[in-house]
Amino acid sequence: MALIELKNVTKVFGGIVAVKNVSFSVEKDEIIGLIGPNGAGKTTIFNLITGVYDATEGKIIFQGRDITGENPVTIVKSGIARTFQNIRLFNKLSVLENIRTVLFRKADYNLANALLRTPKVVRIEKKLCDKSLEFLEVVGLTDYINNRADSLPYGLQRKLEIARALALEPKLLLLDEPAAGMNPDECLDLIELITRIKKEYNLTIIMIEHHMDVVMELCPRIVVINFGEKLMEGSKEEVQNDPRVLKAYLGEEYSYA
Amino acid sequence: MDYILGVIAVICIETIATVGLAVFTGFTGLFSLGHAAFMAIGAYTAAILTYFYNAPFILALIAGMIMSGLISIILGFPTLRAKLRGDYFAIATLGFGEAIRVILENMSITQGARGLPGIKHYTTLPVAIFFAVLVLWLTKNFIWSKYGRNAIAVREDAVAAEMAGIDLFKVRMLSLIYSAMCAGLAGGLFAHYLNFIQPVMFTSILSTRLTSAVVAGGMGSITGPVIAVALFIAVPELLRVANMWRLVAYGLILVLIMIYRPSGIMGYHELSFEAIKNLLRWISRGKTAGRKEM
Repeated sequence: MALIELKNVTKVFGGIVAVKNVSFSVEKDEIIGLIGPNGAGKTTIFNLITGVYDATEGKIIFQGRDITGENPVTIVKSGIARTFQNIRLFNKLSVLENIRTVLFRKADYNLANALLRTPKVVRIEKKLCDKSLEFLEVVGLTDYINNRADSLPYGLQRKLEIARALALEPKLLLLDEPAAGMNPDECLDLIELITRIKKEYNLTIIMIEHHMDVVMELCPRIVVINFGEKLMEGSKEEVQNDPRVLKAYLGEEYSYA
Repeated sequence: MDYILGVIAVICIETIATVGLAVFTGFTGLFSLGHAAFMAIGAYTAAILTYFYNAPFILALIAGMIMSGLISIILGFPTLRAKLRGDYFAIATLGFGEAIRVILENMSITQGARGLPGIKHYTTLPVAIFFAVLVLWLTKNFIWSKYGRNAIAVREDAVAAEMAGIDLFKVRMLSLIYSAMCAGLAGGLFAHYLNFIQPVMFTSILSTRLTSAVVAGGMGSITGPVIAVALFIAVPELLRVANMWRLVAYGLILVLIMIYRPSGIMGYHELSFEAIKNLLRWISRGKTAGRKEM
């Protein structure tokens, strides 16, 4: 059974059809690439999966359960985490606090304990701190734990975002352009990181990416979206050699050349 | 001397309301222009209980806090559920604040606009200081717990917070209730300090002062707003001799803060003994550096 399955998902904003009748499924432990020209509706698909938007039509099934129309908080709890195209960190908090914040569900103390700062709170907070360090170690940010998140260089901010998503202990990880703005060296580093966390945390990953070398390196299977519709789906070789994909990316004239 | 002690007591009382509001505005990132209404609710609830029913002071204070908290739920439920943000929420609270004042002016048990004279004087200076320190301590604990971190996360990036599984409505509601209960406590203490309350004491001028103290003190600081409150109350008092200039001084403080400390007196930091030590070291180093130049 597929871990997540989109069935004929459509999203309409006013008169604009952002996502039209898209279906695909992802098996457990798979890593798939979601590619397509700018404005094709890739991020909208992520927003539909995570419940930011409600699908106009169609169904999204996660682990055999229909999650269409559920609120984002419930969806996160059921095991889907994401990163953002334009980095969204808790800027004024330290690197460590960014992770510790999202571990709040592990902090099983109540408001009265928190207000009085009982020894139990101190103990649990210490434990969360250690736990946060584990995630920061995975992405290699242990040297920066006390820096404010917005003081980090761009590439490290992306890594912190990935660490924060990992801290939610998801089964499905959605990466929205993780390599955006990175140079080739940083891309190699990112490929290594994604491969490592996928293995270590048994993740299933859907990745939106424009850097084709990253996509081709990581994703055995690719879904191509164009103008809100699924153009095709297949192995990387199939995608690379498909005239429709070339047309979508490079325009009409190229395909005749 | 009595006069100075009186000013200190007022500072302590307003500190309680401001620190509560700091949780809501400074840490959760929602602006309110109606928190004077929660002070009014706390003040009237507590005063009516001690005045008409001879209730013990502490129970009256608690009742005032609970009443403020309950009424904040009535305000918060429709506004926060609808995710009203920024200016829209501020306007809703402005309307709410005025509505509460008008209701108090027209109820019989509050004796309308005439107010309640002859409330017993329970709030002595030690009582005011005790509650101010207590609230500061509780608030510090609140901010340093998962509840505070969630609030900051919501302020910093609501979308990312929601995607991390933080329920925006719950976090905002909790902050609102906390701030309303602090304001309610401040109101109860205020009533039993002045021995007289009337609705006109709780207009939007007071709400604005509370909010501007939080902003001027630093969004994301507890100690900053306390310093700002002390300034806002003490400076106009010092200038009582030059009566005309009192409000000008108030405006001048705000303008100076905006120019020299745009993120508030303390910014996102807290005043601690460590910070004071660093500051002194910095000043003394500045002096020696100056001497070398000479």
